[in-house]
Amino acid sequence: MSNWLTGLQLAARSLANRRATALLTALSIAVSVALLVGVNRVRSEARASFTQTISGAELIVGARSGPINLLLYSVFRIGNATNNVAYTSYQRVIARPEVAWAIPISLGDSHRGYRVMGTDDSYLAHYRYGNDQPLALAAGEPFKLVTDAILGFDVAQTLGYQVGDPIVVSHGIGATSFTDHDNWPFQVSGILKRTGTPVDRTVHISLPGIEAIHSESDPPEGGSIAISEAAAYGLETENITAFILGLNSRLELFGFQRLVNQFPDEPLLAIIPGVTLQELWGLVGNAELALLVVSAFVVLAGLIGLMTTLLTAMAERRREMAVLRSVGAGPGLIAALMIFEAGLIALVAAVTGVLGVHLGMLGARDVVLNMTGINLSAGGPGTFDLAVIGVVTGAAMLIAAIPAWRGYRHTLADGLTIRL
Amino acid sequence: MTASAAIALSEVQFAYPKGPTIIDIQEFALPRGQSAFLEGPSGSGKSTLLGLIGGILKADSGRVEVLGQALDELSATARDRFRANHVGFVFQLFNLLPYLSLLDNVTLPCRFSTARLASATEDGKSLKARATDLLDRLGLPAAYYARPVTQLSVGQQQRVAVARALIGAPALVVADEPTSALDARARQRFVELLLEESSRAGTSVLFVSHDPGLAPEFDVSLSLSDINRASVDHE
Repeated sequence: MSNWLTGLQLAARSLANRRATALLTALSIAVSVALLVGVNRVRSEARASFTQTISGAELIVGARSGPINLLLYSVFRIGNATNNVAYTSYQRVIARPEVAWAIPISLGDSHRGYRVMGTDDSYLAHYRYGNDQPLALAAGEPFKLVTDAILGFDVAQTLGYQVGDPIVVSHGIGATSFTDHDNWPFQVSGILKRTGTPVDRTVHISLPGIEAIHSESDPPEGGSIAISEAAAYGLETENITAFILGLNSRLELFGFQRLVNQFPDEPLLAIIPGVTLQELWGLVGNAELALLVVSAFVVLAGLIGLMTTLLTAMAERRREMAVLRSVGAGPGLIAALMIFEAGLIALVAAVTGVLGVHLGMLGARDVVLNMTGINLSAGGPGTFDLAVIGVVTGAAMLIAAIPAWRGYRHTLADGLTIRL
Repeated sequence: MTASAAIALSEVQFAYPKGPTIIDIQEFALPRGQSAFLEGPSGSGKSTLLGLIGGILKADSGRVEVLGQALDELSATARDRFRANHVGFVFQLFNLLPYLSLLDNVTLPCRFSTARLASATEDGKSLKARATDLLDRLGLPAAYYARPVTQLSVGQQQRVAVARALIGAPALVVADEPTSALDARARQRFVELLLEESSRAGTSVLFVSHDPGLAPEFDVSLSLSDINRASVDHE
C-alpha cells in the first residue's frame, strides 16, 4: 500500500531530523554488539588456534602432574613443568614396537623472552600442526652442531635475526635472566616458516645444546662440535621435559596410554591431546559463558537505552502523530513507524558493531598474534554474527512495541488534539 | 449525496472509557459549502467533537454523518481513508512536520489520498504548481519555500496549514482554534484568507474558537454549550 511506503519515507525523514539522538543510541547498541560479537569471536578463534597447534600426535608424555598442565607447557609453552622425565625412561618407552615416532622436548630456558626448546631431528620430521601440515624451513638448514638454533618465524622477525647470526641463550624464563649462558656461542642455523602457532615464538636447539647451556665447561677450540660427538664432550642428556608420540596404529592408543601411565621405572603421565583439550574447554567454558552472558546483558542495556530514547521522543512526536493522523494515517501505521524506526536503528547499529569487530580484528591481527599467540583467522561474519544482527534487530522491534503501543493508545485517546 | 449536509449529527453521545459523558448533541448540521463558527471555551468538548467528525473517535450512540456518509458504519481503516479523502484539518499550533519542506508539508495529504492528489492535479497542473498557487494566494511567496518550516512565524505556519488543509479541495475543513496564537489583526486576515480560499474550492468550514469576535465572518455561528447537553464542569 502506498500509505505504508509514504509512512516509511516519513519515518526515515523523521528519524533523520532526530539524528543526533538516534546516532548516539545506535552507537551505544553498536558498542554493545561489538562487545558480544568480539567476545564470541575471540573465544572461537582461541579454540581454533589451540586446536590448530598440534596435529597427528597420538600421545604426549611427561612427568606425572595434571593432564591440562602437561598439555599447556609441552605444546602451548604456557606454564612450567614441575618435574622431568629421565632420558632412559624416554628411550625405553620409544623402544616399544607400538611407537612410530617420538619427539623429545626439553624446556626451561629462554632467549630474550622467547622460550628455548631442546629437541632433535624428529621434530622437523614429525611435528604436525593445523590440518596435518609439517614444519618447513624458510631459510637455512636443520641443526648439525650442538650450538645451532632454529628460530620460529616470529622470533626471527621480531628480533631481526638472519641465518648465521650469533645468539645468547639464558637459563630460566623471562626477558631478563639472572645468568646468561654465554660460554657456548650459539648461532642461527635455520628459520622456520610461519605456522600461526607457538612454534613461531620458540627457539629450537638440540638436546646436547641444552646440556651445553648448563655446562660449566668451555667449548673446544673452533667453538662447537657436531651433535653426534656431543657425548664425547660430556654433553649427555639426562632429563627431558616431555615427549610427543606417534603410534603405528590408533587401535593401540588406549592400551599404550595405560601402559605408559603404569610405567614401572618412574611415574609418567600420557595424555591424548584432543581429549585433554576438551577438558580444558570444559574448564574455561564457564568463564567464557560468563563473559558471553555479561556481553548479552550489555546488549540488553543498549536496547533499553533505545526504548528510553523512543519513549522520550514520544512527547514531541505526539504532535507529529496528530498531524499524520489528521491527513489520514491510521493508528496502525503510526505504531508501525515506531517499530520500523527502532528496527532500523538496531539493524544499522548491529551491522556497524559486527563490521567494526571484524575490521578491528583484521587490523589488530599481528598485535594479537604477538601478544597472545592467538591467530585470528580472516574469516568474514559467521552464523553467530548474523544471528546477533537478527536477534538484536528483532528484539529492538519487540521492545519498540511498548512505545508503539503507547503511541497507538495516544493517537486513539488524543484524537486530533495536540496536547502540550 | 450532493443534497446531504457537510456535517450532520443526531443524538450523538460520547464518553471516554471510564469518563463522564462529554458529548451529548441532539442535532447539529452544517450545509455543504457553508462556513460555521462554533464557539466554546477550552475543555467544552470541542476537541472531542472534532475527533468524532474526523472519524478518529467513534460515537457511543447516535449518528455522525459527514458528507452524507455515516461514519459509524465504516471500519476504523475506512474512516481513516475517508478523512484523508474528504477532510482537511488546521490545528491550534504545530501544524507542520519539522522534517518536511514547506511544499512537502502542503502536499502531505496527497500522499495519503489519491483522491486529493487527483483533484489537485485534475486540470493538468502539477502538484507543486497547485501548492504554489495556494501559497501565493495565502501570502507566502516562493522566497519562503527554502526555509525550514520551524523558522516561519506562527502566522505563516498557520497559513501553510491552511494550504495543506485545502489542497486537493476536500469537501470539509475543520479548524481547531487556529488563530489563538495570532494577534488580532493577523487573526482577522487569517480568517478572511481561510474563508476566501475555501469558498473558491467549494469547501465547507467548521471553525472552532473561544473568540466570539470572529463569528460575524461566518455563515452560521453557534455556541457549543447550546448544542451540547452534556454538563461538563471545567476549570
